[in-house]
Amino acid sequence: MAGPDLALDPASAPLQEPGAATPARDQRVFVASQWQLTWWRFRKHRMAVLSGMVVMGFYLVVLGADFLAYADPNASEAQRSLMPPQTIHWFDGWRFRPHVYPVKGARDPQSFRRVYQADPDQKIPVRFFAEGFEYRLFGLIPTSRHLIGVDGGRQASQTIFVLGTDVQGRDVWSRLVYGTRISLTIGLVGVTMSLVLGVVLGGLSGFYGGIADTVIQRTIEILRSIPTIPLWMGLAAALPRHWTILQVYFAITIIISLLGWTELARVIRGRFLALREEDFVVSARLVGCSQMRTIFVHMVPSFMSHIIAATTLALPAMIISETALSFLGLGLRPPAISWGVLLQQAQNVQTVAISPWLMIPAVPVIIVVMAFNFLGDGLRDAADPYGR
Amino acid sequence: MLAYIGRRALLAIFTVWAISVLSFAIIQLPPGDYVTSYIAQMASMGSVVSDEEAQNLRIQYGLGQPIYVQYFKWMRLIVQGNFGMSMEWRRPVTEVIGERLWLTVIVSVAALILTWVLALPIGIYSAVRQYSVGDYVATFIGFIGLAVPNFLLALVLLYLGFVLFNAHIGGLFSPEFQDAEWSGARAWDLAKHLPIPAVILGLAGTAQQIRIMRANLLDELRKPYVVTARSKGLSEARVILRYPVRVALNPFASTIGYTLPYIVSGSIIVSLVLGLPTVGPLLLKALISQDMFLAGTIVLMLGVMTVIGTLISDIVLVWVDPRIRLEDG
Amino acid sequence: MDCGTRLILMAVEPLLSVRNLKTYFQQDEGTVKAVDGVNFEMSAGATLGIVGESGCGKSVTARSILRIVDRPGRIVDGEIWFRRPAANGGAGRPAVDLAKLEPNGAQMRSIRGAEIALIFQEPMSSFSPVHSVGNQIIEAIRLHQEIGRQEARDKAIEMLRRVGVSSPDQRIDQLAHQLSGGLRQRAMIAMALSCSPTLLIADEPTTALDVTTQTQILELMRQLQQEDGMAIMLITHDLGVVAEMATDVAVMYLGRVVEQAPVDAIFHAPKHPYTRALLRSIPRMRARSGERLTPIAGSVPHPYDRPAGCPFHPRCPDFMPGTCDRQTPDSRTVGDRHTVSCFLYE
Repeated sequence: MAGPDLALDPASAPLQEPGAATPARDQRVFVASQWQLTWWRFRKHRMAVLSGMVVMGFYLVVLGADFLAYADPNASEAQRSLMPPQTIHWFDGWRFRPHVYPVKGARDPQSFRRVYQADPDQKIPVRFFAEGFEYRLFGLIPTSRHLIGVDGGRQASQTIFVLGTDVQGRDVWSRLVYGTRISLTIGLVGVTMSLVLGVVLGGLSGFYGGIADTVIQRTIEILRSIPTIPLWMGLAAALPRHWTILQVYFAITIIISLLGWTELARVIRGRFLALREEDFVVSARLVGCSQMRTIFVHMVPSFMSHIIAATTLALPAMIISETALSFLGLGLRPPAISWGVLLQQAQNVQTVAISPWLMIPAVPVIIVVMAFNFLGDGLRDAADPYGR
Repeated sequence: MLAYIGRRALLAIFTVWAISVLSFAIIQLPPGDYVTSYIAQMASMGSVVSDEEAQNLRIQYGLGQPIYVQYFKWMRLIVQGNFGMSMEWRRPVTEVIGERLWLTVIVSVAALILTWVLALPIGIYSAVRQYSVGDYVATFIGFIGLAVPNFLLALVLLYLGFVLFNAHIGGLFSPEFQDAEWSGARAWDLAKHLPIPAVILGLAGTAQQIRIMRANLLDELRKPYVVTARSKGLSEARVILRYPVRVALNPFASTIGYTLPYIVSGSIIVSLVLGLPTVGPLLLKALISQDMFLAGTIVLMLGVMTVIGTLISDIVLVWVDPRIRLEDG
Repeated sequence: MDCGTRLILMAVEPLLSVRNLKTYFQQDEGTVKAVDGVNFEMSAGATLGIVGESGCGKSVTARSILRIVDRPGRIVDGEIWFRRPAANGGAGRPAVDLAKLEPNGAQMRSIRGAEIALIFQEPMSSFSPVHSVGNQIIEAIRLHQEIGRQEARDKAIEMLRRVGVSSPDQRIDQLAHQLSGGLRQRAMIAMALSCSPTLLIADEPTTALDVTTQTQILELMRQLQQEDGMAIMLITHDLGVVAEMATDVAVMYLGRVVEQAPVDAIFHAPKHPYTRALLRSIPRMRARSGERLTPIAGSVPHPYDRPAGCPFHPRCPDFMPGTCDRQTPDSRTVGDRHTVSCFLYE
């Protein structure tokens, strides 16, 4: 049916005689701004829109990590080491009364491992908005309410363990939730740096051309030919041991973005090259615009959406890099919490075979990476509202 | 064509130089200089380093002199084949690395060939039979390859192999061949173990190349010259393979060389998870224990190997089709 | 066989007879009836001009004949009878219904390119960018004839020479983008004619060329036609080209042939309101200055939104309510080889 979809593709639009009655919706297309067109096109990609919501969901977790976690992520207790995930039973008979069974641990005399038995006769009710450890909501309001918890939750020994515990008895779910903070924000910082580098160098390369272009191009090629992980490992291992978590965090992002800017630079250079010859740019110069003005007022808005798409696509690589480095033990280290740090516990098959729930931190990594990829693809397709 | 090769070779030389500088930086980064740690190491073993020996070492490595002098001395030693001593293993670095570098090469090349062999036909099929079941399956596998980091994939596969088949699927050799001498049987054993690491390493690159090939081919399939070919009476297979595939092959082929650095990178971590006797686990150990000459040399060798591999890949491509147009930049 | 014998043997029966051809495109938004009941005939050695506005189904008709319609298009009804030339100088073979053949089967492919050839509007993009022109011509030759490489190459060079390409032995190894527009079109003609087809379908062959080159190409086509005795189906929206080249004309509108007649009859005694309106809308040299042009009222309907009954009725000056919007007119003979689809003549 005739609507914005058809009208966006001029080739298939019906031939209209001037003055013939055009449906009002079609007319919107002709006066829509570039952003509106991009948005409409983006909306058609359901996968991309869904991914966008997933990504936003994750960032909400970043904001509300304290609330969503129910156990202090650093509270360790050997008595609860490597507990398997506890199932929440939602119904007591036919009443909605979520509860878990208390679990007793004992050391198996033969394997010297702790084994756990659930006691189905007792029921520990699970409460919503329960009391737990103290924190500051949004960094301001002191409170101790969490999404779920059990009575007596202030004591570390009586929390529930939805995803089990790690080798030090720390709740996996809570650590996972807190890990989201660092894993997702480290990517942002890194991408921002790559963006700055990419825009500056890519822009210089594309806009001015000549020697600057050749030098920067060759540099990019050189960087692309080098295997990155050995270098990252080397640089990360060289960080002094006594640095604080924060210092290590920033150092890691700098290291990762030092090699990651090349893709963005290539995209931006390509855009500049394509736009340089456009008539509207030439006319801007002829009218007397300074170079800065030409670039920032006239050229950059044309490919803002491309930049956004490329940046979104660069994020997953950052997240994977940090996860990989921390997984190896060369990136962030405990007591910092990130998905990579969590996965450090799952480095070999023997550990994982006994406690497969230690692999769970892999799941958000995969989901987030996929979501960013779909989102970035959708943005990239939508970025060319006048393209095919 | 020779001009192209010459240019690529020149660039390769620059890249190797850049890598050598970076490797050198890695060696130099930790505090303290090599000789003091060497003396301490020797002391902890009970052996003493004489002052004369210490002095010689200092001169050899140019310690105390400006950093670029140290760099040149190091390069000179390397050219002579002296890569330094591993403090951890107390043996020359080259001995410690041993055959691991070759195994890294073999695994990486296997992954690269797999990428070629898989990505091309799957990409073509996906484009020609768009929206078919095969297309969706290929796209789905592609997404797994892109979204799941290869070391996590390795972990999951290991776990599944262990739990479902009670098989340990890591490693490059069966126990009996682990330290044996090279022989036909050992080579065959290696070949049997190669597929899994090669697939894990190559999956992400394959996924990406499938997408590129599919996108390129979809663009080309719409073009008029395909209709011309069909109107001449060529069979559908010939129409697709001789015309749009040939055109779509150019950008595809020129990017495939760049999957090698990615594969080599990936092999480091994946080798750790899978327990492969390659350079990866060795590098990690070296870095953690600050065995800097070993670490720096490994980084250097990996880098050089990658550059050579990419160069060979480029040359092969140009030889196969001299009309490959250079990608802009 | 030489063209004289060929013409004698194929004297009376038409070379190509399209009956009630329907090619539909199934899309998510609806079905596009690109060709909706097309009827026409072509005699051997004649030139049939097919005219109509963009989107009336001319190109789809051509591709339907050659069975290279892109998916999701398919021929849903109709027959395409084609009289095949005799094999090896014997008697003519019986006509075959192309609509019933497997599009990629051996028989259709042996007809395609060898007995029916197609040339396109855009010679630049119609040649492969990575193969030399000669390569593509030789491929066409060797596909349908059992001859060796060197012989095929010689034939290709000869073909290029015939179509007026200078220094053919050098040009043969050049790429399409290295030739000028006119040379490219000549090369395309050479490729199409390399197997001596009996029918050449030319889809807007001169639209992309400048006027002087246009004339040259048309001259070339006419000359080759005289030499080889082949039939030409000339698809165009340019009535001037039709007047120059065609012996018969078929006028198409929205997927149907509304009128078919010898060229003189079309220009001097058009019967269908659409044909008349088309001719009226052409600017005239002898018009008084200041005189307004007469476009056709209304606009071409949306492909998903076809009018019921006669497709032209919303724009027809002779519209008869109750008839034209209810039923579709059949084709009636109104003169010597002159048929019209209009209720005015029923």
